[in-house]
Amino acid sequence: MSFWTRHQVFEKNSIILVVGILLVIAVGGLVEITPLFYLKSTIEVVDGVRPYTPLELAGRNIYVREGCYLCHSQMIRPLRDEVERYGHFSLAAESMFDHPFQWGSKRTGPDLARVGAKYSDEWHVTHLTNPRAIVPQSVMPGYPFLSATEVDPDTIADHMRTLKAVGVPYTDDQIANAGADMKAQADPDNAGSDAFTKRYAKAVVRNFDGKTGTPTEMDALVAYLQMLGTLVDFKLYNEKANLR
Amino acid sequence: MSQPSISKSMTIGESGLAAVFAVTAFLCVIASAKALDAAFAFHAALSAAASVAAVFCIINRYFDRPAELAPAEINGRPNYNLGPVKFSSVMAMFWGIAGFLVGLIIASQLAWPALNFDLPWTSFGRLRPLHTSAVIFAFGGNVLIASSFYVVQRSCRVRLAGDLAPWFVVVGYNFFILIAGTGYLLGVTQSKEYAEPEWYADLWLTIVWVTYLLVFLGTIIKRKEPHIFVANWFYLAFIVTIAVLHLGNNPALPVSVFGSKSYIAWGGIQDAMFQWWYGHNAVGFFLTAGFLAIMYYFIPKRAERPVYSYRLSIIHFWSLIFLYIWAGPHHLHYTALPDWTQTLGMTFSIMLWMPSWGGMINGLMTLSGAWDKLRTDPVLRMLVVSVAFYGMSTFEGPMMSIKVVNSLSHYTDWTIGHVHSGALGWVGFVSFGALYCLVPWIWNRKGLYSLKLVNWHFWIATLGIVLYISAMWVSGILQGLMWRAYTSLGFLEYSFIETVEAMHPFYIIRAAGGALFLIGSLIMAYNLWMTVRVGEAEVQMPVALQPAE
Repeated sequence: MSFWTRHQVFEKNSIILVVGILLVIAVGGLVEITPLFYLKSTIEVVDGVRPYTPLELAGRNIYVREGCYLCHSQMIRPLRDEVERYGHFSLAAESMFDHPFQWGSKRTGPDLARVGAKYSDEWHVTHLTNPRAIVPQSVMPGYPFLSATEVDPDTIADHMRTLKAVGVPYTDDQIANAGADMKAQADPDNAGSDAFTKRYAKAVVRNFDGKTGTPTEMDALVAYLQMLGTLVDFKLYNEKANLR
Repeated sequence: MSQPSISKSMTIGESGLAAVFAVTAFLCVIASAKALDAAFAFHAALSAAASVAAVFCIINRYFDRPAELAPAEINGRPNYNLGPVKFSSVMAMFWGIAGFLVGLIIASQLAWPALNFDLPWTSFGRLRPLHTSAVIFAFGGNVLIASSFYVVQRSCRVRLAGDLAPWFVVVGYNFFILIAGTGYLLGVTQSKEYAEPEWYADLWLTIVWVTYLLVFLGTIIKRKEPHIFVANWFYLAFIVTIAVLHLGNNPALPVSVFGSKSYIAWGGIQDAMFQWWYGHNAVGFFLTAGFLAIMYYFIPKRAERPVYSYRLSIIHFWSLIFLYIWAGPHHLHYTALPDWTQTLGMTFSIMLWMPSWGGMINGLMTLSGAWDKLRTDPVLRMLVVSVAFYGMSTFEGPMMSIKVVNSLSHYTDWTIGHVHSGALGWVGFVSFGALYCLVPWIWNRKGLYSLKLVNWHFWIATLGIVLYISAMWVSGILQGLMWRAYTSLGFLEYSFIETVEAMHPFYIIRAAGGALFLIGSLIMAYNLWMTVRVGEAEVQMPVALQPAE
């Protein structure tokens, strides 16, 4: 019986055809995805990467909501020009607490993986409100409405609890103080800012949008942008130990 | 109303589905009242209204219909169920125009950023997913559902399985599009490319898609032909694999069942791999396997020639679906994804060139002995040119998956150009060709209203595609080269914003290309509308059919 005759078993039995399709399409995914969950070399061993603070998380949710990833990548490739333009190439560890990942696939605007601490808060606020006020040739949309909307300190703990359930290591202490921490990070005069910085290493306390009162979406987004790529100290990072 | 007979009663399907929708309406009202955010409240209210409308439609249909359900056969000939096919065809045309229009708007925003209007609902970041979802899932999806429901009936020579189920699939799918699309505008998104809809839209799509699989498979199972026709293998692979990809990429935990926000189960690198395993195979199985099914039915039918090689289609089918699924990591070259995964992705992407061209050859060579029809039949010309575009983009794709090429092309407009040569040239044209065939067939018309208008559509759209893809080739390669340009002293030559500025003329050309493509589709909509409205009815000739052995 030739191969072509044998193949008729698929052509004449719909269920066998479906099973055949399922088996054939399963192979590639299983081989490429499953090892990433258990191969130890997949994510580098580094110090400093921590979950987002409540305010940064709220800012990241705005970044996700507005679809910023459609024009801005957060993934610096190990190519000479990219490392010189943006800084050290991105590590897998730096996005390990990102649900979802925001590496992006297009750079209509520049990469943002290490934009943190590169510009002042005021630069970001002005630029987000009207990009062409600072960069005349820019094609980025303006986001003036961010300053007009407050973030919600009451529900952010629920978000952190959900993230904890999918594997982000938030402590009970961090979740219990989420609302207070959110306000404290945007207000240097807040009594709770010391306790906040103890809970989140390298977190910056500043009045990001320059306005008093409950933090706005502008505070949150700028807080998020200002921490991007700042957690790993590359003077201490062991490049050789993490060669893959 | 017709004479109600004593024996008339609701089927289990009718009463059951009406009851389910009644309960759903009730639950949605509660969800709307308890909603944590405005978008969720809106979607829950919309779902409640849709559920009430569904109950009304089911009961109304019951009162209008005769006691007996539509028979499977009339005078020994299959009584094909064309209602859902008509509905999906109309929706395809509607979403196509909407999607092309949004595409033109966002293309113009990149050339003239003032068009963002600094409002949340009109900014590029929210409109871009609306464009991609409208053209891929709404336009493409409706073309696939309409054509698959038509092809599976004709090639199996039986009526579509299910009574309400096919309607549930077509209406339910379009309701998913409505929820997803309005969600993007309101800022409800997972921000996973091509998988943006939030958890509740994903759950609804899962129910609709499983029903789609059951209707399709149910029809194949009761077929009158011993063999399953080639096109149906491809449709089946498309339906089954999309279900697997959707479930694999989207498991998410909602923050609250009364809120729209959820967090995806996968994080960082695993999420990236899952995403592009999904993302590339949305191309491979939604935009390729499904539309190859259209090629395998509509080209032979229109050219009145058999498929070139049956054996080639067997090799084409298995090798294509086996190799495609590996290609995802080429979207993650030089990223933090481990090298071994990148290398596997690149290797399989290059190998994928072969089955792709095998399929292209099978489609093109089907015209053996009928090439003269290209001069006289613009619909066939559209179908054939679509296969040519398929061949072009499936050569370009493997080339761009080579790591050194990708180091230049990635993150640039070259990718956008590549996608559109496939999306406009291949998916767009093969869909247009299929709809031009389908509409006269299902509305029982002798032919199209005007072949001349098809010709105009063909040339205007082709010119649009050429403008689009050549502008993106130039801008993409230009920007890639500018990013890596060094001065003689070893400094980076261009700031980022200088490379943005250099894109401006190409963004205008691209928008002009998109506008031409949109104009073509408007001509098409008019032509199809007139075909249905004033076209001459075809007289049915009874033909004795014999099953092929």
